[in-house]
Amino acid sequence: MKVLVPVKRVIDYNVKVRVKADGSGVDLANVKMSMNPFDEIAVEQAIRLKEAGQAEEIVVVSVGVKQSQETLRTALAMGADRAILIEAASDVHQDIEPLAVAKLLAAVVKEEAPGLVLAGKQAIDNDMNATGQMLAALLGWSQGTFASELAVEGDTAVVTREVDGGLQTIKVKMPAVVTVDLRLNEPRYASLPNIMKAKKKPLEEKTPADYGVDVTPRLTVVKTVEPAGRKAGVKVGSVEELIAKLKDEAGVI
Amino acid sequence: MAVLLLGEVTDGTLSVDATAKTVNAVKALGDITVLCAGAHAAEAAAEAAKIAGVAKVLCAEDASLGHRLAEPTAALVVGLASGYSHIVAPATTDAKNVLPRVAALLDVMVISDVSGVDDAETFERPIYAGNAVQTVKSSDPIKVVSIRTSAFDAAPMGGSAPVETISAAADPGLSNWVEDKVAASDRPELTSAKIVVSGGRGVGSEADFALIEKLADKLGAAVGASRAAVDSGFAPNDWQVGQTGKVVAPDLYVAVGISGAIQHLAGMKDSKVIVAINKDEEAPIFQVADYGLVADLFQAVPELTDKL
Ligand SMILES: Cc1cc2nc3c(=O)[nH]c(=O)nc-3n(C[C@H](O)[C@H](O)[C@H](O)COP(=O)(O)OP(=O)(O)OC[C@H]3O[C@@H](n4cnc5c(N)ncnc54)[C@H](O)[C@@H]3O)c2cc1C
Ligand SMILES: Nc1ncnc2c1ncn2[C@@H]1O[C@H](COP(=O)(O)O)[C@@H](O)[C@H]1O
Repeated sequence: MKVLVPVKRVIDYNVKVRVKADGSGVDLANVKMSMNPFDEIAVEQAIRLKEAGQAEEIVVVSVGVKQSQETLRTALAMGADRAILIEAASDVHQDIEPLAVAKLLAAVVKEEAPGLVLAGKQAIDNDMNATGQMLAALLGWSQGTFASELAVEGDTAVVTREVDGGLQTIKVKMPAVVTVDLRLNEPRYASLPNIMKAKKKPLEEKTPADYGVDVTPRLTVVKTVEPAGRKAGVKVGSVEELIAKLKDEAGVI
Repeated sequence: MAVLLLGEVTDGTLSVDATAKTVNAVKALGDITVLCAGAHAAEAAAEAAKIAGVAKVLCAEDASLGHRLAEPTAALVVGLASGYSHIVAPATTDAKNVLPRVAALLDVMVISDVSGVDDAETFERPIYAGNAVQTVKSSDPIKVVSIRTSAFDAAPMGGSAPVETISAAADPGLSNWVEDKVAASDRPELTSAKIVVSGGRGVGSEADFALIEKLADKLGAAVGASRAAVDSGFAPNDWQVGQTGKVVAPDLYVAVGISGAIQHLAGMKDSKVIVAINKDEEAPIFQVADYGLVADLFQAVPELTDKL
């Protein structure tokens, strides 16, 4: 079985996000970018399937600017076999919407015929939580979202999902799209020799036109602003003082 | 313009709070039809009919809809879509599972976690773990939107909408439910509780999380946790508050042994009053706390529980 893993280049989760004063967006010039943390987990899971003899090949795909190559190289250094870059944007500030990404991924799936797509549950920049579900819809495949456990058993996958009420386990028919949650695994770091080896692994460059997909956004961004801020309040000296403040000043207990 | 609202039905019961908040969020967009789907949904439909502002309720009962599996639920919604300008739902894990599938089948974008409805095409939503708020305008013929319920008040009860029974769509037969692991609790539900007490890595162990739970019970509060506390096995996953967990905005949020990473703040910074108990006076949580207590939680929390 071939496993396809879409990986997105996003602002590093440790970076303090700065909203541009003119309301045009978030400042992404010269900030540290990394692989979306959920996608690292997806890549790790694919590698574990390969190590367990359940997958033969891992193909990673990224949609975005040319620099997304770095993200793909990271995935290759972790252990993916092959990469596809779909260069769909020339400006780092241009985000390709989940619907367009899903259409591109669906086209890649038609060519590559993977048995499983492992995506992240959400991209930590747009916080959409949509692409995997959209891809499953476009392909007419089953979906197992927010996975904290995954077992492939023949032509079904058993997926334990993190849901609002606790955990839900479902069986999905393969081929399937599974989106991964934080507790599925702990991704490995790429070793230096593997980083060197990754430079020689194949990385194919494509454009949306190669797949006949229109990536024009459906949502126009009117403005991007900073959220209403919160000010630090006061430090209280004791538990008694805290209780008094909550009762008399805040009136919440 | 007309709105189809996918009600939050779990094992036959309507989450009235989440559904009523969503009704309130979208009431300016047109007549609201609530869809209640499940193996059993009649009681949920009867409840939904009582939410003020609901014009009509559709009740779909079928075994295939029993566990809100994405494929049959999305098929049902897509079959109804042509009559509506908006398809909305509270941004629960169920809706986040189903709505993007619906949107893609309709060839439209999904607009997730909306915290403000400006007009029929224009919506506000937090991005980057709530560090920015984006206003987007949709050019799609049908808007598929999930609503961040913590940003809206609930519509009152007191309505009496008619209920119409409809049939399910053909089950695509792509997935099967195996089991749910749901911890029964007498505590209020996290996302609708007036008070939330959350514990972080500082609590140190699953056994010591009892300190947090005792304080919560004294306050009649729900219990939350940071990702670190959940990852460490101190607390179950459904207690996680944050960018990738639940979003809460109670009257009072008490953060105990939580440092205040932006991913955690994303889930609680809209709380009315925030209390932080942390032994590190430099902890970032104090920058958003109305009342900060620099103290060892093992001393302060039992004392607080005692004296309340
Ligand atoms: C993609 C992604 C998504 C994430 N999503 C979430 C999310 O949804 N929710 C979330 O919470 N996190 C999330 N995180 C994790 C987040 O970045 C932090 O790692 C996490 O919130 C830290 O949890 P914590 O504050 O409990 O632990 P720590 O940061 O380790 O803080 C522990 C605190 O306890 C205090 N402490 C220790 N002992 C005591 C004591 N005896 N008395 C008093 N205080 C004490 C310490 O001073 C410290 O401030 C996410 C991270 C990533 C990368
Ligand atoms: N531009 C992209 N390139 C590659 N993968 C993507 C891209 N956008 C989204 N994805 C995948 O879809 C997941 C969910 O993203 P989103 O729906 O944007 O929250 C991510 O974790 C990735 O696995």
